[in-house]
Amino acid sequence: MNVFAEAFSAALASLNAHRLRSFLTTLGILIGTMAVIAVVSVLQGFSDSISNQFSDLGSNTLTLAAKNEQENFRTGQINRLTFEDVDALRYKISGIERVAPILRAPLGATLYKGRSVAPQIQGATEEAQDVLGVDTSIGRFLTASDEKNGRRVAVIGTDVRDQLRMPPDPVGEYLLIGREWFRVVGLLEKRGEIFGFSQDNRIFIPFSVARSLTGTFERSSMEVSFTVTNLTEVNQVRERTERAIRATRKLPPGKADDFEIKAADSFVRQFNSITATATAVLAGIVGISLLVGGIGIMNIMLVSVTERTREIGILKALGATRRDILVQFLLEAALLSLLGGLIGIVLGLLAGMGIASLIPNFPPAHVPIWVMIAAAGFSAIVGVVFGIAPASKAAALDPIEALRYE
Amino acid sequence: MIELKGIVKRYVLGDETVLALAGVDLFVGRNEYVALIGPSGSGKSTLMNLIGCLDSPSEGHYILNGRDTSALSEQELAVVRNREIGFVFQSFHLLPRQSALQNVMQPLVYRRMSPSERRDRAVQALRNVGLGDRLDHRPNQLSGGQRQRVAVARALVGEPSILLADEPTGNLDSRTSAEIMGLFDALHAQGQTVVLVTHEPDIAAHCRRTIRVFDGRIVEDHPNPARAA
Repeated sequence: MNVFAEAFSAALASLNAHRLRSFLTTLGILIGTMAVIAVVSVLQGFSDSISNQFSDLGSNTLTLAAKNEQENFRTGQINRLTFEDVDALRYKISGIERVAPILRAPLGATLYKGRSVAPQIQGATEEAQDVLGVDTSIGRFLTASDEKNGRRVAVIGTDVRDQLRMPPDPVGEYLLIGREWFRVVGLLEKRGEIFGFSQDNRIFIPFSVARSLTGTFERSSMEVSFTVTNLTEVNQVRERTERAIRATRKLPPGKADDFEIKAADSFVRQFNSITATATAVLAGIVGISLLVGGIGIMNIMLVSVTERTREIGILKALGATRRDILVQFLLEAALLSLLGGLIGIVLGLLAGMGIASLIPNFPPAHVPIWVMIAAAGFSAIVGVVFGIAPASKAAALDPIEALRYE
Repeated sequence: MIELKGIVKRYVLGDETVLALAGVDLFVGRNEYVALIGPSGSGKSTLMNLIGCLDSPSEGHYILNGRDTSALSEQELAVVRNREIGFVFQSFHLLPRQSALQNVMQPLVYRRMSPSERRDRAVQALRNVGLGDRLDHRPNQLSGGQRQRVAVARALVGEPSILLADEPTGNLDSRTSAEIMGLFDALHAQGQTVVLVTHEPDIAAHCRRTIRVFDGRIVEDHPNPARAA
């Protein structure tokens, strides 16, 4: 360890003796590392924020929805879920904890004191609160008695409140949705945006009310989200659900499903696979730039060995073994490359933070610690690998020849 | 102590084989003060490189302190150089970027000695050559004589069996030469074995024994008359 520390400080001193050259030599490594850290920090920040926004929908949540091909829209024979499907989920399938049917209710504009907005209106039951992971910051969510009594009540998102210029606490105010008056009973917690789409421009009304008001609407459609009691059973429940829904929809064997069961995190997974691809492409580019950087280091180290031939001869005369010399030059190369990598990491972080803050509404940059450690480790390895040739050249020098070298 | 038996050294230069040493037998005992003289190309440098374990003979045996070094690997020779030989060169061969102290400490690095012990020994070695006040000077901040003293301190810091000096005064003026030779004389008086390569008769005259090398052979080997003080 002592020997190592010794060699380490000797290598540092030697790099320090040619500061400008050392810096220029490691510039390739520096830029490569900086590029990867900058891009990873931006991508990762983005990916984190997506995952966070979706983590409310737990991985034990599945969603049943009708499936339509292009063909269906052309012919007008659009598949829809029915209330029988909801009942099947509620009563016929084991392993399901809570069922939250969501009915999209295009009831028209929403008015308040002469102002008008067009939010997404959804009929939901009290289960939606848990299944969808929505919460109210003021007031309450829909309850079972709202549902049973068909109360005209609404829980609104913050965008609706703000755009209609309602008071900060909108509970107790009345809204005109379509042709019906609704009393506001709760305000949803602010959720922000996903891909620029606001998650706060929505209104929940009781499912039974939505159902009765949209009964005749052609475009109304329903999805059912449900949670699985036991997370390890997700796949079995999914299969059971598929069988049961095929039965309620009376699909003959051999006919394809006209519905689909989506996991709430499938979007996150899809997004992550995109980020993974981007990262892989990036890794390739970085690999090439580090290769070029490594060649630069090898080049300069070879020059440096030639320049220091006499010094190597002296060290050998004083009793340095091949291994002593080899270690010294390898360490120098590794250290050079590592320093470039470290500076690159810092600059890359700054660049990532700069980029993220320049783009409006962009999530803050973030780099996982392991990426930084990997980047630093990788640059040191590049130094060692490309230091092998110069270091062996130095170690193999004949002491007599080297001493005579001018 | 130094025992050469039938040493032959050949170099291959292109198609030609050069015979640098053509059978050398030599014995140098402890605390001898020997001058190796001869014209350039005589083989005295080759002989010095062999004695200094920088090179191995093509034939014959070199027994240093009872150990045959002829068959040693490069690695083992490095260890022998580190422990048994102290080199002093004509052009000093100090490490330019390191201070006097660091230069003197360098051989001890290869002995895996602790930094504090290394430092103590190096400081002592520099004091012994009269440079106790120049520890942190770099070679380019020292005069020629001082540089050679640092080199001598570096050669002696590991307490080698042989101090091997190759034209140690070749780059020095006559006054500084006398100073350095005075240092060698004193070291010899303290019991150090000194082997000195030179082509200057008055330098050789400091030694107690002169060995003349010519055409790869020892042609003359005689004790020097005692010097008038």
